[in-house]
Amino acid sequence: MNAPVEASERFGLSAEEYARVLAILGRGPSLAELGIFAAMWSEHCSYKSSRVWLKELPTEAPWVIQGPGENAGVVAIGEGLAAVFKMESHNHPSFIEPYQGAATGVGGILRDVFTMGARPIANLNALRFGDPKEPGTKRIVDGVVRGIGGYGNCVGVPTVGGEINFHPAYNGNPLVNAMTVGIAPADRIFRSAAAGVGNPVVYVGAKTGRDGIQGATMASAEFGADAAEKKPTVQVGDPFTEKLLIEACLALMETEAIVAIQDMGAAGLTSSAVEMAGKGGLGIALDLDAVPVREERMSAYEMLLSESQERMLMVLRPGCEDAARAVFAKWELDFAIIGRLTDTGRIVVRHGGRVEADIPLGPLAAEAPLYRRPVEETPQPEALGEVEDPAGLEAGLARLIGSPDLCSRRWVWDQYDATVGGQTVKRPGAADAAVVRVEGKRLALALTTDCTPRYCAADAEVGGAQAVAEAWRNLTATGARPLALTDNLNFGNPEKPRVMGQFAASIRGMAMAARALDFPVVSGNVSLYNETEGVAILPTPVIGGVGVIEDARQAVGIGLAPGLSIVLVGASTGWLGCSLWLREIAGREAGAPPPVDLEAERRNGDFVRARIAAGEVAACHDVSDGGLLVAVAEMALAGGCGARLAAGPAGVPPHGFWFGEDQGRYVLAVADPARLLAGAEAASVPARLLGVAGGEDLTVQGAVAISVAALREAHERFFPAWLD
Amino acid sequence: MRAGIIVFPGINRERDMAIALESASGRKPRMLWHTETDLSGLDLIVIPGGFSYGDYLRAGAMAAHSPIMGAVKAHAARGGYVLGACNGFQILTEAGLLPGALLRNVSLRFLAMDCHLRVERAGTAFTGHFQAGEVFRAVLAHGEGNYYADEATLDRLEGEGLVAFRYSDAGGRLTEAANRNGSARAIAGILSPNLRVLGLMPHAENLVDPVAGGEDGKKLFEGLAAAFAA
Repeated sequence: MNAPVEASERFGLSAEEYARVLAILGRGPSLAELGIFAAMWSEHCSYKSSRVWLKELPTEAPWVIQGPGENAGVVAIGEGLAAVFKMESHNHPSFIEPYQGAATGVGGILRDVFTMGARPIANLNALRFGDPKEPGTKRIVDGVVRGIGGYGNCVGVPTVGGEINFHPAYNGNPLVNAMTVGIAPADRIFRSAAAGVGNPVVYVGAKTGRDGIQGATMASAEFGADAAEKKPTVQVGDPFTEKLLIEACLALMETEAIVAIQDMGAAGLTSSAVEMAGKGGLGIALDLDAVPVREERMSAYEMLLSESQERMLMVLRPGCEDAARAVFAKWELDFAIIGRLTDTGRIVVRHGGRVEADIPLGPLAAEAPLYRRPVEETPQPEALGEVEDPAGLEAGLARLIGSPDLCSRRWVWDQYDATVGGQTVKRPGAADAAVVRVEGKRLALALTTDCTPRYCAADAEVGGAQAVAEAWRNLTATGARPLALTDNLNFGNPEKPRVMGQFAASIRGMAMAARALDFPVVSGNVSLYNETEGVAILPTPVIGGVGVIEDARQAVGIGLAPGLSIVLVGASTGWLGCSLWLREIAGREAGAPPPVDLEAERRNGDFVRARIAAGEVAACHDVSDGGLLVAVAEMALAGGCGARLAAGPAGVPPHGFWFGEDQGRYVLAVADPARLLAGAEAASVPARLLGVAGGEDLTVQGAVAISVAALREAHERFFPAWLD
Repeated sequence: MRAGIIVFPGINRERDMAIALESASGRKPRMLWHTETDLSGLDLIVIPGGFSYGDYLRAGAMAAHSPIMGAVKAHAARGGYVLGACNGFQILTEAGLLPGALLRNVSLRFLAMDCHLRVERAGTAFTGHFQAGEVFRAVLAHGEGNYYADEATLDRLEGEGLVAFRYSDAGGRLTEAANRNGSARAIAGILSPNLRVLGLMPHAENLVDPVAGGEDGKKLFEGLAAAFAA
């Protein structure tokens, strides 16, 4: 049965792509074949618009064990162990059905990590929502938070960090980027390339249903006004089954049974079978009659494209089938041999005695369409010029600290189990990055996600560099040595040159920063078509950073304690362009983002890390959104301790000094400021004594006197008032 | 102390519990798969936290009917010691080893944060290292921790001194804000009449390490280790 030509467009294939399908097959495709081509050539699976640019990112370092191209990246962390991590978006489903969209996003990224042989030890989430004043935003925030908690809490992986921004540009396209980090023995990493002609192809996990069919195609198009009608393309998560799957897979991985393994994510059985066989340079024959199903009379098309969750595909060593089956029987999970590896270089799918698909693998994966789409640079923003302070420092601080982008996220993290596993050293809000120890070791990982989309919108190159630098800085501020990053590149419609220009420029900036900071990219995900009715999101290249701390006891948080001196490291020019102060207090989104001086960034960060390692630093916080005074206020809130600060330097306007967002800066709380300042001078790092911690109030000489209690009241108000 | 930890499908705090027990007693607990029925030689059976069977029916309801629970009931009937934490507490009430039930939190949201517990009943195997009235920190992580029992049962628990812990503030005061899940009479943990079965909603096992949050929960496990060393 051939699929009608006009169906191809409904499947998201262009006329050109459909012509290519005909040429490859030498005939018209069956419905199943059309589904396979459409899924594998979707933006989501093929990265057809982004691949040419992604090659510019640095991916290597001596500690990198596995760079991009596998289910997750892998870096050595010492003591024979490796950190395995990746971030992935579930944006489109989370708009349509926030709870399940977010929940299955967590489930999917967990599978990417334990597929590699790692036990997941932490989850993080980078979230972007629309204007809180929009009536629809509340439902999405509540659903996404419940979904993340519902899944993560049940599987027993602590949710330890992340970020939340609000902006009207996300009204129709919230972003849900989930990151998982796991630990594996460095010499026992599992990969996806199939090997061994004749070896059994095994399906394990949950049964296949009709959920999520064509999800990858849905995620590769803009939304129209009918977005809500796309609910059937959203998958449904079952964290209980995922938990069983984690334990069963990790148990089987202790044996020598597995040759290759891959989770069934976007495009389900199709993409896992095609990618595994394709990477191995082999062929694959599948018998769909053997696939465990939970609905009757499913067609080949439905089984191949179903995105039912909690499923894995494995290639086993011959003779290991029975032992492997016993492991999955113990965990009460399905186990079925559904095919064999072949030497044909083709995927051949049989169902009910008929061949439903027979396609060469090359054109589906490695030789999938590749586009160098037209690029248009965004014009450079105009310089901001001088801005008057309409509010004064104290009122400005009180408003900023209570604004949606800066207020306490307690309402959110109070719904996430951050302690399961017993290894969480720094919980959400306690430090610039979450810190999770490796069970049974002193070794700990620092974990963060970062992006400042308003910078990227004004200048995507600077914004891309800044996102990488801020992740590196947040890891550094805990005392960690940054190792590598995963990225989640969220953009609008790549067929629009301006959007593609933002993408290309972001990559340029990211690559520059990643090189300068020895902070390579080891995994990532691209999410395009984040547009509704022609309105695109802000360019949002989210960086997930991982660093290592040799001894968890050395990790520092951000809380002030009485008697400590407060020192600023890094140079301040009073840069207000693109700042939160400018938006929230002056009511403008204008100017260029703060420049990122990568040499200074590195010098300042290396200095701070060395001082932390030497035990000289009691608390450390980077200066980012909201600027210096917000940073000190956050330290005061975390420590429950006030601070007395001297006036800022002459030559920089007070609101520029206290609220400007110059990069490469840290606030340190130290017992011996003279020693720190001398060290900074010797290292050619700018440093300035700001004041002393103590008392009940936060004061700036001659300008601010506000109690920490009043700050806390302002800081904690927004989320509960809005959502409870 | 010879302890065994039961692992039902979906349990996820078994490792945390093992670490806490081993750090206090110096002895690795035995991990018990839910299909096992031989509990001989064990002083203490622990049912840890998690989502047994996904908690898709009522929390703990499926696990309460699994093969190993028959053995746990026999162990308790022989005067054996049992600790149920979080999902374990839910399972013990579902199995009828402790009275009452754990309902959804009043906020209808999952609660994950530190709380304070006031020790109501000292001098048991579980509370031997605490003083009555002492306050310590523990970790909440549950969606269904709202303890419920009828008034007569609550009166009996109080009258017989079987309320082990209540939610309080850091100063030991019983406030509405401190009782986050809305439990009847702020009850966080209860004992069986022979004081050998404890159900406790918060996680003491997640605060046994100065580097990972603090050591407030350690006294519970050290008390247990001492009780069985004697």
